[in-house]
Amino acid sequence: MSSNSSIIEYHKKELPGKVWTLGLALFLTGLLIVVIGYIVDPERTAFNNIILLTFLISLGAGSLFLIAIEYVAGAVWSTPFRRVPEILSFALVLVPIFAVPLFFNMYDIFKWTHPEILKTDELLQSKAPYLNINFFIIRALLFFTVWIVFFLMLYRNSIKQDSSGDQLLTKRNIVISAIFLPVFAFTISFTAFDWLMSLAPHWYSTIFGVYYFSGTVLCALAASTFIIVLMNERGFFVKGLTKDHYYSLGALMFAFINFWAYIAFSQFLLIWYANLPDETFWFLQRWEGNWKFVSIGLIFVHFVIPYFGLLSQPAKMNPRRLLVMSVWIMFAHIYDLYWMIMPAFSKEGIAFGWIEIGFPLFTFGLLILLFVSRSKKVNLVPVGDPKLKRGIDFRL
Amino acid sequence: MDERKLYSYTGIFDTPDEIIHAADAVAGKGYVKYDVHTPYPLHGMDNAMRLKPSKIGYATLVFGLSGAVAALLTLFWMAAVDYKLVIGGKPFFSFPAYVPIIFEVTVLSASVITVLTMLFIFFKLPNNSHPLNSTGYMKKVSSDKYGISIQADDPNFNEEEVKLFLSSLHAKDITPIYYDPEEVNYKHVILQPKFLGFLALVAFLTSGITYFTLNKLMYMVPFNWMDEQAKVIPQQKSAVFADGFGMRQPVNGTVARGQMPFLYNDKPEEAAVNLVNLLLPSKENLSLGETKYNIYCSPCHGYHAEGDSRLRGQFPNPPSLHSEKVKNWTDGRIFYVITEGQNIMPSYATQLTPEERWAVILYIRALQRSLNAKESDLK
Repeated sequence: MSSNSSIIEYHKKELPGKVWTLGLALFLTGLLIVVIGYIVDPERTAFNNIILLTFLISLGAGSLFLIAIEYVAGAVWSTPFRRVPEILSFALVLVPIFAVPLFFNMYDIFKWTHPEILKTDELLQSKAPYLNINFFIIRALLFFTVWIVFFLMLYRNSIKQDSSGDQLLTKRNIVISAIFLPVFAFTISFTAFDWLMSLAPHWYSTIFGVYYFSGTVLCALAASTFIIVLMNERGFFVKGLTKDHYYSLGALMFAFINFWAYIAFSQFLLIWYANLPDETFWFLQRWEGNWKFVSIGLIFVHFVIPYFGLLSQPAKMNPRRLLVMSVWIMFAHIYDLYWMIMPAFSKEGIAFGWIEIGFPLFTFGLLILLFVSRSKKVNLVPVGDPKLKRGIDFRL
Repeated sequence: MDERKLYSYTGIFDTPDEIIHAADAVAGKGYVKYDVHTPYPLHGMDNAMRLKPSKIGYATLVFGLSGAVAALLTLFWMAAVDYKLVIGGKPFFSFPAYVPIIFEVTVLSASVITVLTMLFIFFKLPNNSHPLNSTGYMKKVSSDKYGISIQADDPNFNEEEVKLFLSSLHAKDITPIYYDPEEVNYKHVILQPKFLGFLALVAFLTSGITYFTLNKLMYMVPFNWMDEQAKVIPQQKSAVFADGFGMRQPVNGTVARGQMPFLYNDKPEEAAVNLVNLLLPSKENLSLGETKYNIYCSPCHGYHAEGDSRLRGQFPNPPSLHSEKVKNWTDGRIFYVITEGQNIMPSYATQLTPEERWAVILYIRALQRSLNAKESDLK
């Protein structure tokens, strides 16, 4: 039942110190592996660096997308914990840092940068006005800047509202979000084309941007869900958040699991049906040697297991199940990125070793440090938001 | 005391908050068989009533999965077993192509069966006479009030207690609801033979009228301009010619291309003199002759032309072709026999073209020679 008090009680609780220690341990271990990796095997490390980069983009831009959707749709159920995706989208500020080592290793990663291949390859010549190093870097930096600008605008307004409670800020954020959404659609598609698809520069798939987008939102949603459920169970947010809120998170994740499967299968079906060699080779590459098992595994990891894990209504409300599934989905997104990126590095079979383990450690350590340090400075609940009361009272 | 059978006690509330509080209290007191009626769905009511998640999900799951399996088996049977068609060079059993159809069937069967389960099992469909129907209570709760109804078949039900309990919750208009005696003894209209007969009649009439209207009354000739043209087609009458036939006879003496008329009907001696083998005994011609001989001649005359065939004994025995008579015949005379037939041997003119007949004759000559080989043949 809804509380009749109109004053929302929120007492900020600090995250325990061991979280910071855990994040620092992961981060340092990961950093060590990454640095050694860049010294020992820069090519392989660079490919792993793309996984890290695209994962951070997924998390940051995807979280920003969730925030924008909330504003534009006027949703209230997600308002009490909107601060979580807001802090997560802070990852966008770190994204350019992790793109820098890639800019210096373009030759190792992208075939279309090789002048000797370009000389004989007509298709790459005709793509050269788009796929050339200068324009690539300009595009990447432009997209990073656009995201960071939108992030800062939305984030600042939201933080300002904590103290002022000004409703005008919500209105302003709605406008910013409405502008951001089409920009996001455009930038995320071209990010997918640039960083993921141009690893196989001869390949065509017009749906690829949507494919990456579906994984992006799913990953951001899973990360937010994990933090929200974990912290709400320990009382970091306001009182009154119920299973109805959990259910909404679970249902949205479930919807995006299906959306991902729908898009992934559409991409595969059309290419399989048309059977044109300039499209099928991308899938055939992922059917070679033991990549076959990774490809089959993707169906189970990214669809079947989370689908049945979240199918029933009680499962979407069960905090334990949500925690397990959101961690699983983040793993599935990394798995998906690995499946998209690594066959370009090792064509014969799976490449999995200490470098591949180092990057996720590094990424998650970084994210924990980021979250802890940001959450010290701001409230974990947008206390000034006019939708907050309705958001807490939300029932199915 | 009222003679009628009690169904439930009902109470009316004015605000959604009150009704949720009341539902919570009723559930808290241990009542199981009770229901809440509101003009619109209330958030949080499920929790207040301590409702368990609906079981209907299981029906959806089971029938969704059976739909998927059925679709897969159907497609497998149609495309890979019963009617194999190569489509786009794909294997007969190509799973990716089936996925959209399996998906559709899964969704269709799951949703249709869910609705039917809901209607017939959860809502007890043929039953359309609920005791709450046409009561003052139902009128209120379907416009602007919120009501609760505690049923008499609840194990904890006690008339006086329920009355007191409802009034302690500040319910208004606490009224008992009785079964309508007519309705209790009422047989469902839907199960009476008259009604079922009426349904059958309606079905028959609607389909009959639809058929008649679409196929007879409003029948429109489809596009048939290529089918019906103002021209004479084969086997048709025509008023243009005196004999009334649409088709014409060729001019006398016309010879079809690639055909040679046989001019020696019933004139074996003339054929023997005038006809000469067109072919030379080359390897190709002999092997053509062998093939044709083995197909058409050997059943009677035998593979070695000795009249020792597998049909020997079932017919008047066919003659050997190694007799002096046949050996002395000219090629033209044998050609006459193949073309016209002789005794019970029918004409082979339709089976063998003239060229093939000459090839067969060459082969017969070779068979004859094989029994009378000269010394020069061995060299």
